[in-house]
Amino acid sequence: MILDIYLVLFWLFSAVAVFAALRVITVRNPVHAVLFLVLTFFTCAALWMLLEAEFLAIVLVLVYVGAVMVLFLFVVMMLDINVAPVREGFIQYLPLAATVAVIVVVEMALVVGSKTFRPNQMAAPAPAAAGASNTEELGVLLYTKYLYHFEIAAAILLVAIIAAIALTMRKRPQTKYQNPAQQVQVRKQDRLKIIKMEPEK
Amino acid sequence: MYSTALEYLPAIPELFLLSALCCVLVVDLFLNERQRDVTFLLSQLSLLVTLVLVVVFHSDSPRVIFANSFVADTMATVLKAFICLIVLGVFVYSRRYLIVRGLYRGEFFVLGLFGVLGMMILVSGHNLLSLYLGLELLSLSLYAMVAFDRDSARASEAAMKYFVLGALASGILLYGISILYGMSGTLDLIGLSEYLRREGTGNIGAVLALVFIVVALAFKLGAVPFHMWLPDVYHGSPTPVTVYIASASKIAGFAFVMRMLVEGLGPLHNDWQDMLIILVVLSLAIGNLVAIAQTNLKRMLAYSTIAHIGFLLLGILAGTRQGYSASMFYTIVYAITSLGAFGVVLLLSRVGFEADRLDDLKGLNDRSPWFAFIMLIIMFSMAGVPPTVGFFAKFYVLRAVIDVDLWWLAVVAVAFSVIGAFYYLRAVKMMYFDNPLDRSALEETSGMRIILSTNGLAVLALGIYPTALLTLCTRSLMW
Repeated sequence: MILDIYLVLFWLFSAVAVFAALRVITVRNPVHAVLFLVLTFFTCAALWMLLEAEFLAIVLVLVYVGAVMVLFLFVVMMLDINVAPVREGFIQYLPLAATVAVIVVVEMALVVGSKTFRPNQMAAPAPAAAGASNTEELGVLLYTKYLYHFEIAAAILLVAIIAAIALTMRKRPQTKYQNPAQQVQVRKQDRLKIIKMEPEK
Repeated sequence: MYSTALEYLPAIPELFLLSALCCVLVVDLFLNERQRDVTFLLSQLSLLVTLVLVVVFHSDSPRVIFANSFVADTMATVLKAFICLIVLGVFVYSRRYLIVRGLYRGEFFVLGLFGVLGMMILVSGHNLLSLYLGLELLSLSLYAMVAFDRDSARASEAAMKYFVLGALASGILLYGISILYGMSGTLDLIGLSEYLRREGTGNIGAVLALVFIVVALAFKLGAVPFHMWLPDVYHGSPTPVTVYIASASKIAGFAFVMRMLVEGLGPLHNDWQDMLIILVVLSLAIGNLVAIAQTNLKRMLAYSTIAHIGFLLLGILAGTRQGYSASMFYTIVYAITSLGAFGVVLLLSRVGFEADRLDDLKGLNDRSPWFAFIMLIIMFSMAGVPPTVGFFAKFYVLRAVIDVDLWWLAVVAVAFSVIGAFYYLRAVKMMYFDNPLDRSALEETSGMRIILSTNGLAVLALGIYPTALLTLCTRSLMW
């Protein structure tokens, strides 16, 4: 009975994910497309939850949906993308694109349908014990078996920071900026000038 | 699973380089424009110390650490040593070019060192994931370096193309890796090749993964038909970055192919041999034929790179130890030669003058007989004229191919090399028999003069006595 619930949930979430992914590339409004992408990520997170990857599912929602996609949404809303020119040449390239797509699909079907990728090739993994902590297991693996890769990933992030700063930061002489250190050191006599004036009649 | 500090000894060069480049990065922040030479010297010093550490911590028996993700064997030592040496040369050649264009900034050297770190990780990769991460570290540094001249529209375009196509290739590579991981359940190269040997031939899933991996490798190396980015990137990026990509990163590319195809996917040799034959024939044809039509020196050298990549893969596809060592010899020789060729381009450049047209070579003999001679050696070596080392590189590769009875492939390679000799000799003719377009004196620094002369003479010396390097290459391969 429990297995059935999992199966029903799996079909439901996969159907939603595929539908949403299709809508991402078919809706006309870019904002709607981004929102559909959010839905795709959400359902994928639910699918990961079914695979007992709770930590990764939560990270997917927090990082991708919460941060990356929201940022993306801001960008899409700020840019005034005209929909019409994007569709230009759709009909013109359709025959070629359709032929290529059909060939790719048939080839993939032949390969994926072969006996290498049958489900019975792989035994289903044993379900984790009730009290197992997903996060802890990931952490242990990350800092032992995958320590080397973890460190390289850190170096890659450092390169990304250096590259971003090196490519975007430039000194502009005409820019006006505030210096808080000088602002707090200002004294009354620097700014305030008291002038004695003859009272006017 | 938990390891002691002593186990990390084979990785000391990498650990040192990472710490050193972080120091360079921080020190550079406290320097003003005039003190930039300190950054330059510190970077050179870090490379030199890394080189020494690579040699000092070498041991003849391969050592595997970090849970099978890092291997320190003789091939790794030799390739890392050459990478450090070549990047040392690249930095010396780049200095004056960067100064006169206002690009002499610390980030250039830091990114260059990060690239070296990526190459070293790639060379020592013993696991699909570490190979991928090393490649990404190298590629990210290269993208940023190509875009380094922010005010040049051509450089930005080249960087954009390189980035988008590079990301696509990384995606394709990851797809192949994920299929392999899904089938074999291991990321370890040895475990993978054991799994493939157990499975036997005719495993269509493994061949599918292999197709993706070969495509990604061809993309990263620039083999036809995945070469589209290469001429634009060579032409568009600042010349110091072009020489970096054209020399050192090719050595890393060779290591990548060796680790991936030979060490990991060795049991599928029959399958990837056919794929590589197609890549080789196309690369030799397109590279050599299109190079003839180029008027830009950097573009011509880009197409010549494509042709040389064909030769590099030719040795590997033979699938014998002799073939692998010939290919390794070829790669190292090509890296040294191409360093020299772009070194001459950098030598001729001045403020506001790139010297990247073929016409700029005209009459070099009148302006500087010595550097015309150096360029002559380099061009002869690229064309494969004895007694330069390029002849022996081509000779060893062809011998390995003939030994596995691929006669027709050797004939094709020789035919296209003869066609290719035309544009190298045309450059030589321009230097010696044409009148110079401008007669201004060369602005060379003493460092550049010494290194470039050494570079050119090394090409000649290795050609007169190639056995030492060949023995080194043969000894460093275990397959």
